Amino acid sequence: MEFLLVQALSGLSSAASLFLVASGLSIIFGVMRIVNFAHGAFYMLGAYVAFTLTDRFSGPLGFWGGILVACLIVSVVGALMEMLLLRRIYHAPELFQLLATFGVTLMVQDIVLLIWGPEDLMGPRAPGFTGAIELLGRRVPTYDLLLIGLGPLVLGLLWLLFHGTRWGVLVRAATQDRDMVAALGVNQKWLFTSVFALGVFLAALGGALQIPRTTVSHAMDLSIIVEVFVVVVIGGLGSVPGAFVAAVLVSELNAFGILVLPKISMVVVFLVMAVVLVVRPWGLFGKPEGTPRAAAGLSIRPWKPMSGVERMLVALAVVAAAALPLFAGNYVLSVSTEILVFVLFAASLHFLMTVGGLASFGHAAYFGLGAYGAAFMVKYLGAPMELALLAGPLLGLAGAVLFGWFCVRLSGVYFAMLTLAFAQIAWSVAFQWVEVTGGDNGMLSIWPSSWASSPQAFFWLTLGIVAVGVGVLRMLVFSPFGFGLRAARDSSLRSEAIGINRKSTQWVAFIVAGTFAGVAGSLLAFLKGSVFPENLAIPTSVDGLVMVLLGGIETVSGAVIGAIVYKALAIWLMSKTELSKLILGATIVLLVVAFPKGIVGFLEDLRHRLKPPRQNGAKPEAALVAKAEAAE
Amino acid sequence: MNALLQVEKLAKSYGGVHAVRGVSFALEAGKILALIGPNGAGKSTCFNMLNGQIRPNAGSIRLEGQEIIGLPPRAVWRRGVGRTFQITATFPSMTVRENVQVTLLSFHHRLWAMVGYAGAAYRDEANRLLALVGMEQQAERPCGELAYGDLKRLELAIALANNPRLLLMDEPTAGMAPKERVDLMRLTADIAREKGIGVLFTEHDMDVVFEHADAVMVLNRGELIARGTPEEVRRDPQVRAIYLGEGLLYHDKDQGSAA
Repeated sequence: MEFLLVQALSGLSSAASLFLVASGLSIIFGVMRIVNFAHGAFYMLGAYVAFTLTDRFSGPLGFWGGILVACLIVSVVGALMEMLLLRRIYHAPELFQLLATFGVTLMVQDIVLLIWGPEDLMGPRAPGFTGAIELLGRRVPTYDLLLIGLGPLVLGLLWLLFHGTRWGVLVRAATQDRDMVAALGVNQKWLFTSVFALGVFLAALGGALQIPRTTVSHAMDLSIIVEVFVVVVIGGLGSVPGAFVAAVLVSELNAFGILVLPKISMVVVFLVMAVVLVVRPWGLFGKPEGTPRAAAGLSIRPWKPMSGVERMLVALAVVAAAALPLFAGNYVLSVSTEILVFVLFAASLHFLMTVGGLASFGHAAYFGLGAYGAAFMVKYLGAPMELALLAGPLLGLAGAVLFGWFCVRLSGVYFAMLTLAFAQIAWSVAFQWVEVTGGDNGMLSIWPSSWASSPQAFFWLTLGIVAVGVGVLRMLVFSPFGFGLRAARDSSLRSEAIGINRKSTQWVAFIVAGTFAGVAGSLLAFLKGSVFPENLAIPTSVDGLVMVLLGGIETVSGAVIGAIVYKALAIWLMSKTELSKLILGATIVLLVVAFPKGIVGFLEDLRHRLKPPRQNGAKPEAALVAKAEAAE
Repeated sequence: MNALLQVEKLAKSYGGVHAVRGVSFALEAGKILALIGPNGAGKSTCFNMLNGQIRPNAGSIRLEGQEIIGLPPRAVWRRGVGRTFQITATFPSMTVRENVQVTLLSFHHRLWAMVGYAGAAYRDEANRLLALVGMEQQAERPCGELAYGDLKRLELAIALANNPRLLLMDEPTAGMAPKERVDLMRLTADIAREKGIGVLFTEHDMDVVFEHADAVMVLNRGELIARGTPEEVRRDPQVRAIYLGEGLLYHDKDQGSAA
């Protein structure tokens, strides 16, 4: 009994930081409609800067002053990022803002490494809160009790801020209708900047307050961001009280989950999130979204199948790729094979995102399931490579059937979050079910059959499968099914009114995309000879997203180019420099700002601008009429 | 009992607000029925119940004798009910013709096919439908760049693609120029009479209503307060007080009006 109480208190004290970070993310999303991936990075920065300041200035004033100053410094950094980066891309599809903030996250990871070094840092204890008090015969740190009190205090202060100040009223108004607020003469730019700075301040505070409890490390950002996403989704995006309730819920689930179900403690939280999203898709305290923003992939220029010349060019490119083993060495071949695998992975996500309008943040789940499927075939059934490559993707398919059924009930950001949750569940299972998956050690010696074991042969095999896969996906785009899928994406209202079953159509698309991701995953297993939980972890999902957005969300097959460019760049940077994340992140940020339509989208725009204008449009006539009127 | 559409005691309330209460009417094949009334009278709610988007609290909707309450919009459509929306709903990423083609593919149960080029399917049929509404010149244009009046005509082509028995048109001419309005409704009326389609439409433009409707119903605060021929409804003092107003009517101008 006492033990449970202490466990509950420990959960509550963890909830404080989680709430601070989540409320910041929620406020930013509510007003700016931006899912700030960099929020975890600001949390980490808050902890590191606070570490430096409290390390230098001791004493109560040094400690508490140091924490406050650290949060102010980080929030200034956040405000600068909003002004220099986000302001340029407010009108881009919302995924681009996510991509940009992801780029910033990558950069911060290397910057932290440069400034503070790779070791975990141990911060000072909080002056005045170093001891513990006896509670029912158990010792509870006083600092934990301070944090428990702090959560509701910050909640109260935020409530006062939003309900008692002019600024707060404006922010709440902007949450409901930002265009109207702008029409009323409010300077939207500064409102956004101040909201962003406040959100970042809260994230930094959440991080800074952690230093007396845990070591400061540079894995902090990703571990918190996932939990924070879960919290805001359960609580309802944009709702601060919701963030509080959900933070407490998630922290207690973590605290007790590890006691009750140590094997699947990590799964519990994500299961709860999945249930909440299915029952109340807008979260416990959120409101159903009125008019959703235009779905991803909406292009004004209608898609056309390739012309004969374009087909020839593609065939030439494939032939050229097939000639690679004739002169390239083994290292280049294995890198190229890996790039090809990711081409198929990215193409499958691209199909789901652009044709289906469903931006999945957890597509790696099906990629990883395909990899594990192949590994299971080899390890447990002793299947040869040929059979494993056929049967492995079926696990990806099965995962997509199961998860997709829930996911297609949602749309937009909530769809993205649910896919993320399912991917995390899959990852947790792979990570924690050690008897079957080998856990963190992965599964080794998944080697190809002898005929395909040379780098050349495996490259050719991969090239063949990937070329067919991408071709099939492209054929699907222009098939009747693809048309129905696009119709469901373009207008849910109209598609239902012409007999299209939106959910079933999107479910099938989800399954198709998951299966092709599974094919790519199975290939990766044989290329690497091993499978690890990281194959279905969040960074892999994000890699896929980056490839799609880089290639161009409004294009038919941009992801192919996006995958080649991104993967090649990532591998090359990794081999050339210690600061690969910094450069990669900066590259992503630059690309997002310079080419918001992606590489292929940019090239298509260029091509259309160079072409003479079409004659059958209405515009030339309109110009004639205008001229005639001017002459009168 | 042989009416195409038979609506009885239809009711819908949101919380304590009775949006529609006890609406009953019938529509014969080949007839054009207008539903008019002030904003907030419950016209759109009625429409959304008829095509299955909203489930009524009470009443019955029978299409050729068969109850359709409880069916989702796509099933209602399959039974031959076409619809246009107050705010046009089309597929902006497709060309004008592709918009019609995808509808035809759905009508022929071919949307699950994963091979073949959909842009080549039912091309002639789509062209015929576009020609019917005068959009054949714009078949190749991206739907996203059409003028509003053209979108309304495209919606009509889409609504006709499943050979409907009943056509529901929610403010079909809103946002169009005066000449376009009359043209579109004349076209609709011609098609409906020729093919024996029953048409139910709402409209705020009384030129359109009184010129084309065979009968007019007036909805106010969720209840039908008047019905009859256009002439009868126009003379109804209650309708004039609530909706039409005095002295503003096209056909009435010459007769003057006592304010």
